[in-house]
Amino acid sequence: MTEKFESDAFTRSSTGAHDAGRTEERNENRKVRTAVEIAGVTLKNPVMTASGTFGSGMEYGQLTDLSALGAVVTKGVANVPWSGNDVPRIAETPSGMMNAIGLQNPGIDTFIRRDLAFLEKADTRVIVNVCGRSIQDYCETAERLSGEKRVDLLEINISCPNVKEGGIAFGQDPKCAMEVTAAVKRVAKVPVILKLSPNVTDIAEMAKAVEAGGADAVSLINTLTGMKIDIHRRTFALANRTGGVSGPAIRPIAVRMVYQAAHAVKIPVIGMGGITCAEDALEFLMAGASAVAVGTAHFRDPFASVKTARGIAAFMEEEGIEDIRELIGCVD
Amino acid sequence: MEAEKVFARALVLGQESVGTQIFSLLLEEKTVAALAKPGQFVSVYCHDRSRLLPRPISICEADPAAGTVRLVYRIAGEGTREFAALKTGDMVEILGPLGNGFPLEEAEGKRAFLIGGGIGIPPLVELAKRLPGKKQIIAGYRDELFLTQELSRRGELFIATEDGSTGTKGNVLDCIRENGLTADIIFACGPTPMLRALKAYAETEKIPCYLSLEQRMACGIGACLACVCHTTEKDEHSQVKNKRICAEGPVFEAGEIVL
Ligand SMILES: Cc1cc2nc3c(=O)[nH]c(=O)nc-3n(C[C@H](O)[C@H](O)[C@H](O)COP(=O)(O)OP(=O)(O)OC[C@H]3O[C@@H](n4cnc5c(N)ncnc54)[C@H](O)[C@@H]3O)c2cc1C
Ligand SMILES: Cc1cc2nc3c(=O)[nH]c(=O)nc-3n(C[C@H](O)[C@H](O)[C@H](O)COP(=O)(O)O)c2cc1C
Ligand code: FES
Repeated sequence: MTEKFESDAFTRSSTGAHDAGRTEERNENRKVRTAVEIAGVTLKNPVMTASGTFGSGMEYGQLTDLSALGAVVTKGVANVPWSGNDVPRIAETPSGMMNAIGLQNPGIDTFIRRDLAFLEKADTRVIVNVCGRSIQDYCETAERLSGEKRVDLLEINISCPNVKEGGIAFGQDPKCAMEVTAAVKRVAKVPVILKLSPNVTDIAEMAKAVEAGGADAVSLINTLTGMKIDIHRRTFALANRTGGVSGPAIRPIAVRMVYQAAHAVKIPVIGMGGITCAEDALEFLMAGASAVAVGTAHFRDPFASVKTARGIAAFMEEEGIEDIRELIGCVD
Repeated sequence: MEAEKVFARALVLGQESVGTQIFSLLLEEKTVAALAKPGQFVSVYCHDRSRLLPRPISICEADPAAGTVRLVYRIAGEGTREFAALKTGDMVEILGPLGNGFPLEEAEGKRAFLIGGGIGIPPLVELAKRLPGKKQIIAGYRDELFLTQELSRRGELFIATEDGSTGTKGNVLDCIRENGLTADIIFACGPTPMLRALKAYAETEKIPCYLSLEQRMACGIGACLACVCHTTEKDEHSQVKNKRICAEGPVFEAGEIVL
């Protein structure tokens, strides 16, 4: 009677190699072309995981097929280990959640030794999310990662609202954002995505600033700063007092910001914020995103990103769309 | 690779109230039932998609032969209220079994205390079933008792109630002292103040003690770092003395954690 969606329900890719660019080959059998390109890097489909919601794919990889994804975006990593915030670190909110993990991470050494080694075998693109407390921190980590052949792209998080030093100053001031971008670009040997904070008045201005700094792409949105009070305990729901709101609740805001950013810059835009399925993802693509990320939805459904990728292909087949590029920015 | 955990739609075989606001939910899910170890839990998902985080609930009983899993939970908010309305024949999504479970092998040849407080009592049922050796179960309640039949069938049961309506008036440690009980190892699940007291007790008695912890969870599988607890030593995963309760726990050796 029970219907299961366990790992063996999905056939794993037999290539095993990390030559994720060989997507054309596989898509030959299909009617639709789902591949997209971000700064010269081809993704077999536009669906990636949102940083911090998927670890480095080790845990979800036990349940789901990473090779069905366009890319795995890892949890933010810094030059040294960070302890993160006190608990409670999360709270549920209507159709969403708040988090203040505080960018806990094991530091770049452990990350390269363990997480990148794991991803070596994954048949998907690898995007490493980087956090830092100073420009030097970002550059040190970016430089270390540039030497790793498994890293396809870097995503620089200048938008985490949880830690004072976590980059919010960079993410909220166009001049700072441009400086970080330029500094990282000087040391990075792979294309660099700048991840933008929605906690600004003018998202177009921020997107333009990082483009001017040399960013190869922008991704948005990170979480929106929120607060929840536990009325029975008469205190904050999160130890950090404030936290970043994510999930379906923020989706309309995210779609609007992606649309604005896509119209402000020439570099590709990666859209995220509350995506749970192909229909949600298609809104972002049509608003101008070249790729999308699924984050919080994994907590409700471990297969959310894989289903989103498959659903986009199914939508294209149904609607008779041969190439996904026909959809990107089609609503103008 | 054999699956360690599955995301599945489980069939509700039945649900009954076993106390005020406390429910016992019997699910059919063969893989979870076959894999489950005492002390592990499952993530239970709400039908109402506006509540997107799964609710972690301990496995109270798992019967591999029947392919069933029993969960016993207290209504604590809207999610558990939704579960309480589940009827025979309904489907509910679960992910599990999750976490490490109690280290049964540590009890070999030892006299064990199985200690539960309040809604921490349910996992003791499967633990009592599978733990080798002599076991004494100490269950602490506010006033109303539940699961006492299941427990007394599998070990010598001692009860403490806050109001003294049954057994020792007071907490589980008062019960241990009043009955002059001793053991070589402790397994416990319950509210943090109880766990803290047991950790101190085990240190004085110089006996090993395994505690099952709780924390808010999102992924339930170790990916999001929501559910950490502080540890005394730097661990391999975090490198910062933060273990994930859902992955390295929920059961920890008391000396390993800072409560
Ligand atoms: C490993 C583990 C095992 C558990 N086993 C049991 C059990 O066997 N029986 C039982 O009755 N309860 C158990 N709990 C507690 C149970 O998870 C919560 O009571 C439940 O999540 C409350 O959900 P709600 O929607 O009713 O409450 P709400 O307060 O509306 O929930 C809001 C959010 O907070 C979370 N939350 C609230 N209380 C807790 C809590 N105590 N621990 C973790 N998250 C919480 C919810 O999951 C949800 O995300 C366990 C918790 C953990 C971590
Ligand atoms: C638990 C959690 C941890 C996150 N950690 C990071 C992080 O380390 N770096 C980052 O750039 N964004 C992080 N984010 C933000 C997400 O990547 C994403 O931008 C945001 O949650 C919106 O997408 P969603 O609604 O699909 O989750 C985190 C989000 C959550 C919920
Ligand atoms: S709940 Fe995500 S790491 Fe434990």
